[in-house]
Amino acid sequence: MEVLKIATAGSVDDGKSTLIGRILYDTKSLTSDKLKAIEDKSEQLGYDYLDFSLATDGLMAEREQGITIDVAHIYFSTKKKSYIIADTPGHVEYTRNMVTGASTSQASIVLIDARKGVIEQTNRHFFINNLLRIKDVVVAINKMDLVDYSEETYNKIKADFSELMSKRDYQDQKITFIPVSALKGDNVVNKSDKMPWYTGDALLQHLEDLDKNDVFNVGTPRFPVQYVIRPKTEDFHDFRGYAGKVYGGELSVGDDIMVLPSKTRSKIKDIYFYDEKYQTASRRSSVTITLENDINVSRGDMIVKDGDLPTIDKQFTANVCWMDSENLTVGGKYIVQHGVNKVLAKVDRINHKINPDYSGIDKEATSLGVNDIASVSFKLNKPIFFDQFKNHRTNGSFILIDPQSNNTVGAGFIQ
Amino acid sequence: MNKDTSSINSLENEAIYIMREVAAQFEKPVLLFSGGKDSITLVRLAVKAFYPAKVPFPLMHIDTGHNFPETIEFRDRLVKELGLELIVRNVQDSIDEGKVKEESGRYASRNMLQTTTLLDAIEEFKFDACIGGARRDEEKARAKERIFSVRDDFGQWDEKNQRPELFDMLNGDIEHGQNVRVFPISNWTELDVWSYIEKENIEIPSIYFAHKRKVFLRDGMIWSAEDGIVYRDDNEEVLEKMVRFRTVGDMSCTAAVLSDAVSISKVVEEIRDSTISERGARIDDKRSEAAMEKRKQQGYF
Repeated sequence: MEVLKIATAGSVDDGKSTLIGRILYDTKSLTSDKLKAIEDKSEQLGYDYLDFSLATDGLMAEREQGITIDVAHIYFSTKKKSYIIADTPGHVEYTRNMVTGASTSQASIVLIDARKGVIEQTNRHFFINNLLRIKDVVVAINKMDLVDYSEETYNKIKADFSELMSKRDYQDQKITFIPVSALKGDNVVNKSDKMPWYTGDALLQHLEDLDKNDVFNVGTPRFPVQYVIRPKTEDFHDFRGYAGKVYGGELSVGDDIMVLPSKTRSKIKDIYFYDEKYQTASRRSSVTITLENDINVSRGDMIVKDGDLPTIDKQFTANVCWMDSENLTVGGKYIVQHGVNKVLAKVDRINHKINPDYSGIDKEATSLGVNDIASVSFKLNKPIFFDQFKNHRTNGSFILIDPQSNNTVGAGFIQ
Repeated sequence: MNKDTSSINSLENEAIYIMREVAAQFEKPVLLFSGGKDSITLVRLAVKAFYPAKVPFPLMHIDTGHNFPETIEFRDRLVKELGLELIVRNVQDSIDEGKVKEESGRYASRNMLQTTTLLDAIEEFKFDACIGGARRDEEKARAKERIFSVRDDFGQWDEKNQRPELFDMLNGDIEHGQNVRVFPISNWTELDVWSYIEKENIEIPSIYFAHKRKVFLRDGMIWSAEDGIVYRDDNEEVLEKMVRFRTVGDMSCTAAVLSDAVSISKVVEEIRDSTISERGARIDDKRSEAAMEKRKQQGYF
């Protein structure tokens, strides 16, 4: 199993950091010096319990305000798997961080406070997980200790959430409900004896049992050329290798391929990983490929299987999550970074803004503010080679860069 | 290939991808090399990323003058064997030029002073990308760090205003005068690094293995009493112990741990069972709860 990356989402005080701290504590992933620091700080703050959120809130401002501002990455492993948790903030204004955390994750945990149930924020968190097509989502109903471990409360929340599920776009998303208490450790790492009515797995067990078919979409191979390797040494005088990462599927020696945008045909001659040659390059491996013919290939080109072409176009429509304090406007010029390829783009139309709480769309929108999500059409100064996001998570996504500030100002999912 | 999709392989694939992005997106990258296991791992990844071509950027060592002699010997041998270019800049020169002031007292360290020397060197060579071996699992401020982390003209980290990093798309666009710190092994843990060193059979400096050393105890930590770098009170007794180092920073802020691990496999075993974190033996992090964040804001990597 590869590393499993998990995003978390929850509102302020839903106990996300506490949940992560609890996982670390119960899997014995906290070293004694880190644990000591948490004990000391908890005591200093006058708590009569261990505040596990202190393990993850890394910035001074976060500790002062007792909130999480920025995505933190937390690492732990079991005998079975290595895990990376992206701890993403739940505040309304930090939607961009949630999208960021979820974009690299294969599974996700949405937290709900059992006392509050499904709130407007929950809609938002679920919407983003669904927009990003995370295959496996756990809805952790937290603070069960504060509602007397009530099955009725759990069922009510589950029913409310199921209403949301009927509105989602990506229907195949797998959703699992787990009642937990992060503070007391119920159903987090260890199965609780306080909720005999719950027959499912504890949270960690659920994650342990996921295999790669549960979390990865296998599709068609795409090989964006990152870097051309030309050693020009005596031993490798005529060597021309195309370095890159294989996305979505496998490539093998002898495969008939086409290089985009030139549409030149060739065959894969060798696949190198360092000094060894391989028959097949597996999904997500960083390899160097050589071709049978001496053709002109450069960074930003894409190698695909012949007869299995992506869309090649100078315009597309995408769902965009806007992340900058300066608004996106119609006619605005940005750089679209699609994989390693950068092209100039102009906003052609804002088709409609999507309320991320499932309350509908706004067809009159003329600009997008920070944290807005909208369907936007772009025109490009040269073609890119893309798939729909629903068919190819990597080749169907892009980021937007403001050419003035150089900042990453948005993320897009091609429709 | 790579049918074995264990976590270490996926981390290696990710790091190689990042190395190639650096070479493609920047004009003057450099790999910051300390002689420690993390930067040695980076060198290995760089070699693998560009094979059969040579690594397309030099290494740079900011020498505090308080390095373990074993580290310096190792550094020189490594660059020679791999045919790499090495740049060395000395903290001592920054002190002599009056740019920084040496700390005094029993906790004196040159670790903070490195920052000035590093920033000067970046300006001298006009480096636009500096590859470093920092890992997010090391420390909680580092857990917030990006893979491409933009620094302003003063080398400073604006931690509350970082660029979002989505998918594996790395945005290396910067203005003239800015630079990017790049962390290819961000997602590795200490154990991952050691497992990789074992798997790849990478040579590392001898101080990482258990050896007999003259040491003294202070604040529950073990300090080297050799080479006269670490300040020692007369009443702090010198003992001989079997120790090894888990990190090889500046001698003045790096404590040893008791160990019998004389081989890489023993070290891996020891770390797997360890109950104290790697930076638990770094006194520079113990200055305050936010010591690392403050150092990073000033340009430390």
